Amino acid sequence: MTLIKRAVACLTLLLLVSGGAVFAQQPAAPEQQGEFLPIDQLPPQDQLPAAPLLITAYAVVFVGFFGYVLSVARRLGTVQREIERLEADIKRTRKA
Amino acid sequence: MPKWFTPAAILCGLMFAVSPLLIANAPYESTMGLVQKIFYFHLPSAMTFLISGVICGIASLRFLFGGDPRHDRTAWAAAELTVLFGLLTLITGPLWARKAWGVWWQWDVRLTSSLMGWMVSVAYLLVRKYGGPGSDKLAAGLALFGMANVPFVYISVNYWRTIHPATSVVPTLPASMGLPLWWCLAAFLLFFTLMLRLRARLEEQRARLDDLYLSLDE
Repeated sequence: MTLIKRAVACLTLLLLVSGGAVFAQQPAAPEQQGEFLPIDQLPPQDQLPAAPLLITAYAVVFVGFFGYVLSVARRLGTVQREIERLEADIKRTRKA
Repeated sequence: MPKWFTPAAILCGLMFAVSPLLIANAPYESTMGLVQKIFYFHLPSAMTFLISGVICGIASLRFLFGGDPRHDRTAWAAAELTVLFGLLTLITGPLWARKAWGVWWQWDVRLTSSLMGWMVSVAYLLVRKYGGPGSDKLAAGLALFGMANVPFVYISVNYWRTIHPATSVVPTLPASMGLPLWWCLAAFLLFFTLMLRLRARLEEQRARLDDLYLSLDE
């Protein structure tokens, strides 16, 4: 056997051994991965409850509306009071 | 305030009081179940958000080319409401998506363009608050970009691959789901109209206050 033939044989043997080791390390695919499970068939502990999300969504909208109405009313009230105070000041200045 | 304001406010309150009953009586959607009922407030929020963005843009355009401060006040009021309704859309949407899609957020074209439109409105308000002299025209320019984004947001689901439902869903809804949806949309639009008027009134009063300060100085 020539040197080149020996080298090729060693390399092939090395590849076979190392390849076998690599495949041996691959974990077996879990059975669940090969199946599709509809979300409503999940066990109860894995299901996300819809009610808290729904209630939060409606609460956010109502709180947002209420907060905005309050905010505009408060700002309008402040400006209104300032206008009344200034108008009274102007009247007093003109009388004096 | 105009004469129609108080009756319209009462009507709006009644419409919102009745809406939970209509939503509760609407049938469950077959695949999503209970969480799909977020739709009855999410879609009206989103529609009002887009309409508000268009009103802000049109009022800004008229202010830029006409110079009438009334249009500027309307644009400012509409920008604030765009931020409010945009925020509600961007909160209710992820609450629905968490259950329906399994994720809070997806960087798809509908969601991303909506977020961009909302950020333009926030930028409008920031410019108005901190921009100093001339900020009214600068903000009006921003509002035009916000308005240009609106058709893009609307049609995006029909042209790009996205997990968000397409615009063809709403016209095909059965009457039992359509009635609560249109009822809620009418309530949202009425609330928007009332708030637009009230917020514009605030700007009118602020302008009056400025005039009074000027007359006091003279």
